[in-house]
Amino acid sequence: MKENIVIIGGGIAGLEVAVQLLDLGYKPIVIEKRDRLGGHVADWNLLFPDMIPARDVVGNLIARASEANIFLNTEISFVNKLKDSYNIMLSNGISINTRIIVMTTGFALFDAAKKEEYGYGVYDQVMTNKDLEHWFNTGDDKRVNDSAMNAVGFVHCVGSRDEKARNPQCSKVCCITAIKQAIELKQRFPEAMVYCFYMDLRMFGKKYEDFYINAQRDYGIRFIRGRVSEVSENIDGRVIVKAEDTLSGKPVKVTLDLLVLMAGIICNTDSTRLANMVSLPIDSDGFLKSRDNVAEIIESPRDGIFYAGACTGPKTVPETLAEARAAALKVHLFIKGLK
Amino acid sequence: MDFGFKISPSSAINLDNVDLTKFEELHRMEPDVYKCMACGSCSATCPASPFSGMSMRKVITALQRGKEKEAVAMLRNCMLCGKCSMVCPRGINTRHLILSIFRIYREDGK
Ligand SMILES: Cc1cc2nc3c(=O)[nH]c(=O)nc-3n(C[C@H](O)[C@H](O)[C@H](O)COP(=O)(O)OP(=O)(O)OC[C@H]3O[C@@H](n4cnc5c(N)ncnc54)[C@H](O)[C@@H]3O)c2cc1C
Ligand code: SF4
Ligand code: SF4
Ligand code: SF4
Repeated sequence: MKENIVIIGGGIAGLEVAVQLLDLGYKPIVIEKRDRLGGHVADWNLLFPDMIPARDVVGNLIARASEANIFLNTEISFVNKLKDSYNIMLSNGISINTRIIVMTTGFALFDAAKKEEYGYGVYDQVMTNKDLEHWFNTGDDKRVNDSAMNAVGFVHCVGSRDEKARNPQCSKVCCITAIKQAIELKQRFPEAMVYCFYMDLRMFGKKYEDFYINAQRDYGIRFIRGRVSEVSENIDGRVIVKAEDTLSGKPVKVTLDLLVLMAGIICNTDSTRLANMVSLPIDSDGFLKSRDNVAEIIESPRDGIFYAGACTGPKTVPETLAEARAAALKVHLFIKGLK
Repeated sequence: MDFGFKISPSSAINLDNVDLTKFEELHRMEPDVYKCMACGSCSATCPASPFSGMSMRKVITALQRGKEKEAVAMLRNCMLCGKCSMVCPRGINTRHLILSIFRIYREDGK
């Protein structure tokens, strides 16, 4: 079939859309700005809730999508709107005419250094959720000192639920990620005290509450309800964390060997830029705006342009994959003239 | 001299100095104590709570934060009626837990 289908973003959303369209007999084009596929998931280690290796999920998708036309290191230079199609100019000089675009540009991780009071990039012993996944994958990070891991803290909602950080939204996946990572650290350092500083625990997904109960009952992880207000460094390079323990109504202070910031999920400025090129609207949360947020989340207000995954808001892997499959079906119906 | 205000001892919790030896002993006897999610069902149903401020939720938190005296003093208002055990959504046998707390903490908590 010669109909061109352009998928922008080669994360798991884009790859899954490509896989489904290949199975339906199409030859989709995937455009990825980075030098590798898999998006954020390629940076993770084990995925909640089943703790399967992220490498397997991504590897499997890449293998199954290999027949697609994949352009790495490629960006969209500009898009011209034609009568009922689009002319897309790629940074590698190739130009494509298409009626169909699937936006799978995903999210960006909040830059934790912007929350200066937490000292990311300033104090030695402060890292992010992403850095910790990197350490799980490589064992390479000098902030994790195997011989001195007596106390570790996790800070929830970093750059989320925070109007000052210009992101009032909840990032949805970081509560469960914090608990997953807290358990993983406790497995490696059973003697360490592990604290989670949270405002609410949002254990919305299948089996997430089990993680919470396990974290408490089996791993003795201490949950302190209160937002960390400030972090400082003491003379030996450890960090001192202050918060209010709102359950007892008292200020609380603790010295830690490692502090992990749960950086939130925000809109990717690249998707916003692209959205402008094809005049797609942006929703009040900064993500791409769907036709509606109940029944038509994967449909843009423009005919022939579809969405899948975290470009419309924080999503888990299974949610992303389900949307990608639905988007592929929409593309198929669109081509058949049924929609 | 009267400055018009007085300074009370700091109520701040310094987790670096909290001695959890007794709490760990309690945990060995009552593993479920770790499961409390501070929902407050126990306190809401407690017949002693409206009159005395008794709150099982606060007792469990206080013990973990090293405020043992506070916890034991509060527990003196408990009538061991067991209502709290019936409502705990995490299935903690709070009445049994209270008895164990007394066993472990009583001496110095009087
Ligand atoms: C710390 C952390 C841990 C997580 N762990 C889990 C977990 O264990 N289990 C789980 O279910 N979920 C987890 N998630 C959620 C998971 O990461 C997302 O569901 C997933 O990444 C969404 O995939 P996506 O393809 O929509 O977006 P992304 O992963 O963001 O991929 C988007 C891709 O598009 C590319 N792109 C963007 N803009 C352009 C452009 N203009 N042109 C070309 N290419 C572009 C990007 O380079 C990227 O490759 C976690 C999230 C975080 C933050
Ligand atoms: S999921 Fe949890 S940590 Fe993340 S923003 Fe929401 S409440 Fe905060
Ligand atoms: S057993 Fe004690 S704490 Fe529990 S409900 Fe009765 S009086 Fe209250
Ligand atoms: S009812 Fe159970 S879980 Fe809730 S606060 Fe009381 S002891 Fe904790």
